[in-house]
Amino acid sequence: MAAISELTDEEFLLKGNSACAGCGATMAIRWVLKILGRDTVLVMPAGCVSVFQGMFPASAFDVPVVDSSFGAQSSFAAGLAAAYKIKGRRLKVVTLAGDGGTADIGFHAVSAAAERGDDVLYICYDNEAYMNTGVQRSSLTPYGAKTGTDPKGKLEWKKNLPLIMAAHNITYVATASVGYPFDLLRKVKKAASLSGFRYIHILTPCPPGWGSSENLAAELGRLAVRCGIFPLFEVENGRLTLHKVGNRVAVRRYLELQKRFEGLTDEQIQYIQKRVDDDLRYLELLEKVTSEVNRAGQVDRT
Amino acid sequence: MAEQIEVLTGNAAAAYGVKLSRAQVIAAYPITPQTTLVERIAEFIAKGELKAEYIRVESEHSALAACIGASLGGARAFTATSSQGLLLMQEMLFWAGYGRTPLVMAVVTRAIAPPWNMWSEHTDALAQRDTGWIQIFCHNNQEVLDSIIQAYKISEDKRVMLPVMVCFDGFEISHTSENVTVPEQSDVDSFLPPYDNDLLDVEEPKLLWNGVYPEDAFKFKTIFSEAAERSLSVIEEVHRDFDSRFGRRYEAVEIYGRYEPKVFLVAMGSVASSAKAAVDVLNREGLPVGLIRIRLFRPFPASELQKAVEGSEALIILDRSLSFTRGILSTEVAAALYNAKSRPKIFEYIVGLGGAVVTHTSIVETVKHLLPRIAEEPKGIVWLKSGG
Repeated sequence: MAAISELTDEEFLLKGNSACAGCGATMAIRWVLKILGRDTVLVMPAGCVSVFQGMFPASAFDVPVVDSSFGAQSSFAAGLAAAYKIKGRRLKVVTLAGDGGTADIGFHAVSAAAERGDDVLYICYDNEAYMNTGVQRSSLTPYGAKTGTDPKGKLEWKKNLPLIMAAHNITYVATASVGYPFDLLRKVKKAASLSGFRYIHILTPCPPGWGSSENLAAELGRLAVRCGIFPLFEVENGRLTLHKVGNRVAVRRYLELQKRFEGLTDEQIQYIQKRVDDDLRYLELLEKVTSEVNRAGQVDRT
Repeated sequence: MAEQIEVLTGNAAAAYGVKLSRAQVIAAYPITPQTTLVERIAEFIAKGELKAEYIRVESEHSALAACIGASLGGARAFTATSSQGLLLMQEMLFWAGYGRTPLVMAVVTRAIAPPWNMWSEHTDALAQRDTGWIQIFCHNNQEVLDSIIQAYKISEDKRVMLPVMVCFDGFEISHTSENVTVPEQSDVDSFLPPYDNDLLDVEEPKLLWNGVYPEDAFKFKTIFSEAAERSLSVIEEVHRDFDSRFGRRYEAVEIYGRYEPKVFLVAMGSVASSAKAAVDVLNREGLPVGLIRIRLFRPFPASELQKAVEGSEALIILDRSLSFTRGILSTEVAAALYNAKSRPKIFEYIVGLGGAVVTHTSIVETVKHLLPRIAEEPKGIVWLKSGG
């Protein structure tokens, strides 16, 4: 278990960056870097972070950053990791990308890097839409949410990217939320101690994109987990562990705090509740199945 | 072990060039006619003859992205592709070029679909002329091997820091065997020192390629262009150095044939090989025809070309590329000569598209047909049928 006292006083994401007020992503990234420390090289595609890090010659990061093209981040990272391997340099190659860069435009390259088992820690900060371009729908935008390109609300269910990554049989997959910082820190610490391709998917509420109050990023991060719409789980060597949440709350309570869900009918909210319940049940069964199936035959690529 | 003569295809010659250059990270995706090149490198690695990481990427876009990452990490990187693969890479081509990333790529030239066609044409490589890469066109297998080694030396030179494309024709060079002198490893090692890159220093963190405001963007482009301009003299320096060590002289603009010809053929790649044979025939018959072979396409060696054409009456450009209605080499040559003191007439020929055969006899016939009409005004672009 990570504790506050373990965290360094050093800051790697500096003050004065141009993130929006109440940005969930900055909270997550600040903590992640405190765990990873100075021997980290970040690879970032276009996204909110690549914007709020500042314009040349300013930089909001006190670790080296390579800005890659949109979608090419995991391939940049693959090359960097290969170079460090052959040069014998022990640096952490960490990819920091949003939901669109990961699940949409960069998906082929993320999938390929995972399949190859590249020695990369991939962090996806999921704010559930293309936010820095002004809120457009991605495949990780949830059902019912309004965006600039889906003004009536999205009609499709959110792609389950963490489970897709788990299906690549990679070293480590975890979901995390800014509502549960200690859980996030523990997972980052664990991922950093492993090698091969590791994937952490962090829900990072976005006040302007979600139409929520600036003081609610942490609260929404908690509610998303407590209502079951964003379950916390880990998959290690094929075995899934679901983090049980006591006192589940209704999905409606989470939705009501966000303007992007305004105007949903009762039927739609019931539909969301039903699918969230089903998805949770699916994960519970997956946990049971993956604990029974022997995954010892997995090849260790490290 | 001294240098050895081996019978190698162009692709194998390129693979030997990569091995002798001790490339450390290879990232590649298969495409005809490049495949035997990257397979040969994989074989070198599997046999332990080359110590390198081989990243088997899912697309050419990722192949080049991985090479950029590897180069930033301080490893000597290599990839190879053709045609559609090169087009898929284009976003990354600009990234590598304007990002000043030292690395080398072999482009085994091939026509672009539609219709599907796997034979040679230079349009794939020439369509990338604005991406910020140095482009070298080879006309035989020896030149392919030598150019890969030279390309690293040029690319990694601190005055340059630009990626280099080594282009050669699909099948006509890539799959055709020739005698190739394979240099000794120790000679290559003393010519080409190890590469490193310390941009990503964790003790002194830098932000690479983040957003810039217009004034800075303009400044970066200026700095880029100065490096591109500087590369011309560095390339000449590398050509001389290579010659002094290995005894093979290359020039950005090669002049071939009888001294002070009235008429020059202008060509690149394997077309230039056929043109050399044609010049031999024409010269034996006493006709004052030579060849200007453009080896360096980017940066375009305009002043060398201007010097080469001084006193000549006409150029016959054999263009294996197409930009809408006109060949790309032709537009480049014409642009380079516009302000020249001596400006010969330009007769433009489109030849060999999609692998259509360009024989030396067809070139001889074309020249003989044109010579009596050289005083007349050029009648526009001629599409030269294959065969002959």
